[in-house]
Amino acid sequence: MKKYILQSIRLTAVLLILLCVIYPVILAAAGRFSKGEGGGEKVISKGKVVGYALIGQSFTDPRYFWGRPSAVGYNAAGSAGSNKGPSNEDYLKQVADRIDTLQKYNPGLKKADIPADMVTASGSGLDPAISPQGAIIQIKRVASYRKLDESKVAELVAAHTSGPLWGLFGPSTVSVLQLNLALDQLSQTAANQHQ
Amino acid sequence: MNTELLGVIATYLLTLVIAIPLGRYLAKVFAGERVWTDFLKPVEAGIFKLAGINTKEEMDWKQAMKALLTINLVWLIYGFFVLIYQDKLPLNPDGNPGMSPDLSFNTIISFVVNCNLQHYSGESGVTYLTQHFVLMFLQFVSTATGIAAAVIFFKAFRDRTTSKLGNFWDFFVKSITRLLLPLSILVGLILAFNGTPTSYDGKDQYISVQGDTVNVSRGPAAGFIAIKHLGTNGGGWFGANSTHPLENPNYLTGVVELVSQCIIPFALVITFGYFIRRRKLSWMIFGVMTIGMLLLLVPMLQSELGGNPALAKLGISQQTGAMEGKEVRFGPAISAYWSTMTTIISTGSVNNMHDSTMPMSGTWQLLGMMINSFFGGCGVGLLNYFIYLIIAVFISGLMVGRTPEFLGHKVEAREVKIAALITLLSPFLILAGTAVASYVFTAHGEAAWAVQPKSWLNNPGFHGFSEMLYEMTSSNANNGSGFEGLGDNNVFWNVSTGIVLMFGRFLPIIGPIAIAGLLGAKKYIPESEGTLKTDTLTFSLMTLAVIIVLNALSYFPALTLGPLAEYFTMLK
Repeated sequence: MKKYILQSIRLTAVLLILLCVIYPVILAAAGRFSKGEGGGEKVISKGKVVGYALIGQSFTDPRYFWGRPSAVGYNAAGSAGSNKGPSNEDYLKQVADRIDTLQKYNPGLKKADIPADMVTASGSGLDPAISPQGAIIQIKRVASYRKLDESKVAELVAAHTSGPLWGLFGPSTVSVLQLNLALDQLSQTAANQHQ
Repeated sequence: MNTELLGVIATYLLTLVIAIPLGRYLAKVFAGERVWTDFLKPVEAGIFKLAGINTKEEMDWKQAMKALLTINLVWLIYGFFVLIYQDKLPLNPDGNPGMSPDLSFNTIISFVVNCNLQHYSGESGVTYLTQHFVLMFLQFVSTATGIAAAVIFFKAFRDRTTSKLGNFWDFFVKSITRLLLPLSILVGLILAFNGTPTSYDGKDQYISVQGDTVNVSRGPAAGFIAIKHLGTNGGGWFGANSTHPLENPNYLTGVVELVSQCIIPFALVITFGYFIRRRKLSWMIFGVMTIGMLLLLVPMLQSELGGNPALAKLGISQQTGAMEGKEVRFGPAISAYWSTMTTIISTGSVNNMHDSTMPMSGTWQLLGMMINSFFGGCGVGLLNYFIYLIIAVFISGLMVGRTPEFLGHKVEAREVKIAALITLLSPFLILAGTAVASYVFTAHGEAAWAVQPKSWLNNPGFHGFSEMLYEMTSSNANNGSGFEGLGDNNVFWNVSTGIVLMFGRFLPIIGPIAIAGLLGAKKYIPESEGTLKTDTLTFSLMTLAVIIVLNALSYFPALTLGPLAEYFTMLK
């Protein structure tokens, strides 16, 4: 028994060095060569960091495309889903309110055209994407608030829609942050042309 | 065929393509045959020398269990104190506090037993030091413990009669050097180059497009996430686990994480057949496990892809399925597949929030964990299956009027008693645990704990009961996923699940190994006309029937009070 205790302690010490020092340091060294140099890929606009490529952020201004509801208000120092059960009455009322808000800001929007992702909270609370349909239903609003051509905005949405992996696997998505940055650029170009 | 379902099929096929050769490779590694990774021998020799271990010393099953329990105890004591004092130790750039003793008790047990039930949140509850030196360390070694236990078990059936079952330390270290570490480096690199952070930098701050100030938690997560899946551990770096965009950046990483959590449990079934030279038996076991997996997967896909009927009444479109708690980049199909695999395989990592899945999905998730042997966790899944197998041998033996035998060894009263006790242990822990929790919730709602019992549940009614049932089931299965709405960071849940976790881990390891050790030492009886063959289709279906009947009898009443009741009220 005493033999096992000593062996256990010594083996633990050796493995701590192998698994908790050498292993992560190898990955950290390799990670320096990834896009974000191991610290997460940042999105830079006009010389300033305005976000992380993978992390969704809150958009509430009607001039921007909105992302999904978030249980943590897109606070990236934490992360969580709503954990609401499917039959919870309070939850169902919350979803009904979200539908009303969408219809208020997007006049003429039919309920049957609202995709589920626009009125349900994501798992992480930091979902960077919406479905293509979720973007399409907002085109009219965004174009009218920005006085842009609807077709131009629709083109932008199409250009920022990523298809399934290798065209074969998984869903299509739209990155809300990238789309909105491109949208700001489009408004800027339009304003310059008017001058 | 739609692209989401195509993704599920491709992921499953990729798992098979990797797992089958991996199983054959592992059989050679543990049998000491020549393999291409033998260049690592000097590294292993160095480890054994520093630890003072002579791998030539063979152990019987009792010695192997003593070694296993001793080193696990060392980890428990070490980790318990490091977690409590983590705020005073280095590598804490975000200034996170130390853990309370009850939370530390729960956390350390939970990681030692390969469960990773997390009553803390990764962003604020631990430091980079404890993430690596306690939690990630345990993700490696608890997995290696499970695999080494399985190999000890295999050894009992390799030779005709033997009480020498190899050297536990040898199997344990080789599981790390020949399997877990190389694969983790590979998966870690894939994650790192898809956007998962690897650097030790602390929180970052930026001003968002709309002008909000946002803090972002980060940290050296890629290596942690790799072993979290390969080892069927499941504990996340971030609170939201693999739904978090940094923990699981895109569809490709989703597939990689899914494949990596399945390959070792799949492979070990194949390893068993090669190692004991009875490949047909292991393919039969593989077949039963696959049927079991499909029986849970197909209805889960159906209920998630169908969407939430309560939301359908509100008039919105659920084209692809239910989206609450899910991420757009994954979609409902692969999320349902993930939920199935993570519950049958005892990983417990999630790419969608189980609390928000449909009631019938909750039923399948719970059943996956209750059965806990359709592939199951690394090593231990096969041990759980073995218990059902012994029960099936016993019952079939009685039915045809022959002495029950398994692989040429008589199964007698002592072995059947152990198997029966282990079979009864799970329902006892799950149901008694849930009953006590329900009692405390109803009778002592005002108890002055960190979370008052009356505020435990995030959802009312039947779903609230499911939250408690799920927590106990997950603990007993050493799974680690949760209906996370449950307010579980308080002394009641930390201590009660801690106890369930410990019994749910060690007894189901010791039991099967004791049976195997006892059987292996018995006289070998050559097969004859009168032998009940265990590698036939009939016997395999018998085992499946035993699994289904035992679990239905044990859990149907509890499931009726929770998810089934919720399902039927939603039909109205």
